[in-house]
Amino acid sequence: MRLLSIVIVLVFGFAANTTAAEVAVTQKGRKFSEKKIELGVGGSIKFINDDDVTHNIHSTTKGHAFDVGAQKPGQTIVHTFDKAGKVKLRCAIHPKMKIKVTVK
Amino acid sequence: MLCGGAAAIAFMVTLGTSSWTTEAAAKGRAEWKTEYSRPGEVPFPEENPYTAEKSALGHKLFFDPRLSGSDYISCGTCHNPSFSWGDGLPTGFGHKMTKLGRRTPTILNSAWGELMMWDGRFESLEEQALGPMGAEAEMNQQLDSIVEELAAIPGYRTLFNMAFPADGLTIENIGKAIATYERTIVSGIAPFDRWIAGEESAMSSAAKRGFDLYNNKANCVACHAGWNMTDSGFHDIGLPDDDIGRGNVLKNVVKMQHAFKTPTLRNIVQRAPYMHDGSLGTLKEVIDHYSDGFTRRDSLSDEMKPLKLSEDEKADLLAFLLTLEGADPMVAAPILPANDQVPGAWLKRLSPAAGGKAETPECRTARLHLRRCK
Repeated sequence: MRLLSIVIVLVFGFAANTTAAEVAVTQKGRKFSEKKIELGVGGSIKFINDDDVTHNIHSTTKGHAFDVGAQKPGQTIVHTFDKAGKVKLRCAIHPKMKIKVTVK
Repeated sequence: MLCGGAAAIAFMVTLGTSSWTTEAAAKGRAEWKTEYSRPGEVPFPEENPYTAEKSALGHKLFFDPRLSGSDYISCGTCHNPSFSWGDGLPTGFGHKMTKLGRRTPTILNSAWGELMMWDGRFESLEEQALGPMGAEAEMNQQLDSIVEELAAIPGYRTLFNMAFPADGLTIENIGKAIATYERTIVSGIAPFDRWIAGEESAMSSAAKRGFDLYNNKANCVACHAGWNMTDSGFHDIGLPDDDIGRGNVLKNVVKMQHAFKTPTLRNIVQRAPYMHDGSLGTLKEVIDHYSDGFTRRDSLSDEMKPLKLSEDEKADLLAFLLTLEGADPMVAAPILPANDQVPGAWLKRLSPAAGGKAETPECRTARLHLRRCK
């Protein structure tokens, strides 16, 4: 019974990591709270601007390019990733803010 | 908005509650001071770590005009240490005195930078070092021949082999050596640093009031943040020219139209005139611009708000900016490796009179004295 529990935790735990429906990322002090994220296809990232300046998340990764536009302090933006691949995200305004997203 | 032809991308914006406004407002002078401590060491990237040999080689390359197509422009011609690594001009001059479109940016504290150039078109200092060298309007060097030209100088062959034992003189290693040297160019200790470190008498009362304004009412800190007084970011600050800056690179990002990289404010008094187009002659004019002199448009940075500073407040802010001038070390002009005494490819190229043949000693003497060789 104990072994079965461990197997269930491992299986469902792993699945949750690779097919996460939504991951929350905070922007504060001109930094993202995460540097690398793994998502399943159709998964999304909820970007929370908890900073005191405007941010502007975008990607120029071929086939995955997007721009969410200006995100003012206090705003939340949800972005969905519908294709598998490796996507590099950046704040256009503050390019030191970077995240690597792997969509499987 | 969507860009880049991305398919089926969706996002949603919501307004949530945040404590950011109250946190920002609650910060007093003592708390702000904690954000300006100088770093303990210079960061060097893993792919190009510091070595003394690389830095010494980069120092020579930086000041060597033979890196340009004309052999009379070096990196240091525009990035002149006497002008805090700028040139003191509204906009730079390049090959054959070509007037360039933007002011020469300083390379001071570039070790802490992210994207290079006013528009951020280069990802690293290593890339940036080669960019102006190969640009026709700037140094006008043929990058595919620079390795051959430097290899014709015996001293450089030795220096590259010492700095890069694995592969010696390559175009990539030229960029790495120059970038390594540039990362060693760090602003010196300023009165502001001494004040931050606890020396209360290092700054006047006016400058301290200016520091408070910088972080609060004047909101300079929104972009000129941290010890290096820059967020390494890109902002449209409402200058009324046609240059779209970062918008040339990120064509579909609204906030990047007319946006330019935030420069460091370290030693700023030494780098007039100001802004990417050199259009403002004094720091007083710059403060007036931010106070309420900027152009409103969609791309304007959200941090740009009319400040309505009083004349006393402007004077305090200026007093603070003057405390950012550091006691920078003297910069020695390096002794450069001498040309090969046996005329080689480099000398032949310089000597059309030799007609592609080996230059005679008489012709070399004539050329060096600006006389025609018969």
